[in-house]
Amino acid sequence: MKRPLEGITVLEFSQYLAGPYAGLRLADLGARVIKIERPGSGDACRQLATKNMWADGDSVLFHTINRNKESFAANLKDPDDVATVKKLIAQADVITHNFRPGIMERLGLDYTSVKAINPEIVYGEVSGYGEIGPWKKKPGQDLLAQSVSGLTWLTGNAEQAPTPFGIAVADMICGTHLAQGLLAALVQKKRKGIGSKVNVSLLESIIDFQFEGFTAFLNNGNQLPERSGFANAHAYLGAPYGIYVTQDGHIAISMGDLKLLSESIHLAGLEAFYPTDKQFEKRDEIKAKLASHFVKNTTAYWLEKLESNKYWCSAVLNYDELTQEDAYKVLEMEQTVTRGGTSVTTTRCPIRINGEKLISTIPAPKIGNANEALTKEFGL
Amino acid sequence: MNKPLKDITILDFTQFLSGPSATLRLHDLGARVIKVEHHEKGDICRSIYASTFNIGDHSAFFQAINRGKESLTANLKNADDLAFIKKIAAQADIVVHNFRPDVMERLGLSFNDISEINNHVIYGEISGYGNEGPWANKPGQDLLLQALSGLTALSGSDNDGPTPMGLAIADYLAGSQLVQGLLAALISGEKTLVQVSMLEAILDFQFEPLTLYYQDGEAISRGQQNAAHPLVGAPYGLYKTANGYIALAMGAIPKLGELLTCEPLLTYTDSSRWFAERDNIKAILADHLLPKTSEYWLNILEPADIWCANVMNWQQLIEHDGFKVLNMLQEVKQPDGFSYQTTRCPIKLNDECLTSEIAAPALGQHTESLKAEFNK
Repeated sequence: MKRPLEGITVLEFSQYLAGPYAGLRLADLGARVIKIERPGSGDACRQLATKNMWADGDSVLFHTINRNKESFAANLKDPDDVATVKKLIAQADVITHNFRPGIMERLGLDYTSVKAINPEIVYGEVSGYGEIGPWKKKPGQDLLAQSVSGLTWLTGNAEQAPTPFGIAVADMICGTHLAQGLLAALVQKKRKGIGSKVNVSLLESIIDFQFEGFTAFLNNGNQLPERSGFANAHAYLGAPYGIYVTQDGHIAISMGDLKLLSESIHLAGLEAFYPTDKQFEKRDEIKAKLASHFVKNTTAYWLEKLESNKYWCSAVLNYDELTQEDAYKVLEMEQTVTRGGTSVTTTRCPIRINGEKLISTIPAPKIGNANEALTKEFGL
Repeated sequence: MNKPLKDITILDFTQFLSGPSATLRLHDLGARVIKVEHHEKGDICRSIYASTFNIGDHSAFFQAINRGKESLTANLKNADDLAFIKKIAAQADIVVHNFRPDVMERLGLSFNDISEINNHVIYGEISGYGNEGPWANKPGQDLLLQALSGLTALSGSDNDGPTPMGLAIADYLAGSQLVQGLLAALISGEKTLVQVSMLEAILDFQFEPLTLYYQDGEAISRGQQNAAHPLVGAPYGLYKTANGYIALAMGAIPKLGELLTCEPLLTYTDSSRWFAERDNIKAILADHLLPKTSEYWLNILEPADIWCANVMNWQQLIEHDGFKVLNMLQEVKQPDGFSYQTTRCPIKLNDECLTSEIAAPALGQHTESLKAEFNK
């Protein structure tokens, strides 16, 4: 199939997660993504192995983020290599980097210099906290961005410590914002022949992620969000919203008409709480009553009662259970890439184009795997 | 400023959070968004939250997510209203919806229907679980997506049970992915159907833990002590101090032992133990850090380039110069002078913030002006 970004060339100086995640998405949408890597060591993520898992000499994490890309090895401290890279830049559509402020200037690869070579270039920069202010030199690291942004006060119950999201959420969301900015700039480049610089930061991204509750906070006398004392799942939603223990596991109970819920599970005594405002004001009281009721029977029992009344609910699955579900299998979310005889099974792009899933079997590159081919093709 | 999506018009049937977050982003990048709402009830997001969180007559969530859009009320079961909607659809660059499967087919507003009247349309669709399989008709609600996708095994500690992330994350991510797909299609310049499901988006979000799981089949273990990321070793976590919490992200354990004068940490010279024995190491750190203030510890760790931070809430954040220099806030207004504060788009272009000063619309606020414009 023809992919929407065919013909677009991206040079990725970015390392680790945020920038390369944006690169991965553009690659799956059809762009040609070339990582510019230091000879020998390359993207530092190659050596960053979570759970000590490796494949063909690189971390499985690196394979996950960098499949479907090529690698051009260049020593940016060597003027000859920089000159070669500039020849590539002259023919590229997009550049991304996440170096600390000042580095690209020193290399002569800052936006102004690059624009002089290629006026229509779309130039993407990722930072931790923006280019100015007291945090500009603070490490742009996910847990730190979560911690300063207020995010950790949204998860867990009221009496619990602040609870981070157990995933690199600031990196991931910042990467999506980078991809959005680059794509919007490419629309303009294509229609009007105008290039742009695109800036995103982990902090701005993780604040944007919280923008709805944050807007409530800004306009309600700076009243901080309060996690519910019981089965918290969202600081701004009332009972029953949350996950409850059942006789044999857990059940997730979404928002809805409390009357319908009570009747479906034959629980009396909640009548006084039916209005929406009461569902919020008295949420801990309601949730406590629900909790002592749900624990009396099995998840399957409650799901049947609730689903037959169209009340929104679900089982709570782990990866073993999820991957056994037909609803998971029908998505065909997994794909396998192979390099050096080692296979890595990973996820595919979540976007479908004209009804087709975007699969790619191209593995993450070895450092410099495309030097020879690119030298010929681009006349370097 | 010159926004990149100036001249792009979006006909937006989406409701609640996922789709509207996508069209908000496209609006901030310059697009015009015409929001179609039920003629009586409007977008359910206007009213679903407790009234204590209202700004004016509508929920703060609605006001945040729908600013800058035009509201067109319509009864999609009425033939005249439907005919008018099709007039707009014929001229729009993008049409988006997040109805359940088949609703748009029944209304005659499916991708194929719109294709017949608009040869360059980009048609975006968000579903809960995709349009096939046993969950296709299951409600696409955020908490259910979190619960079904394995996500609740990642946050909190092993003692906590499944812990949802306290935000509508599947909605937000599905919206983000839709934006990427729509923009890629605009670049191609070809008529395109772009589909995203909340389930595929929340699985993509977990591509790191899922990929590891696909290789080793091991269950996620969050650890029991100061848990912050199931795949990362000590010291990664938040620690209580005498007056708050601090975050420790990375750092060699013996070096931390020296800097913090914490002798038991000095013996952890073998870095492979930092993951395997993370609960023990974190317990030592937790005891050691508790008696003194956050400032005391940060003043030792920050100069030594240990990756650390104060754990703040929104009030502390907005008072900090690190936040103020971002100019992250903007005031948005209704024509009658009603105004409120919210955040701006997180993307900067050519060193400029993308601001937009228009508030969310009242229900049907633009119906008359849109009729005058498109019935010409």
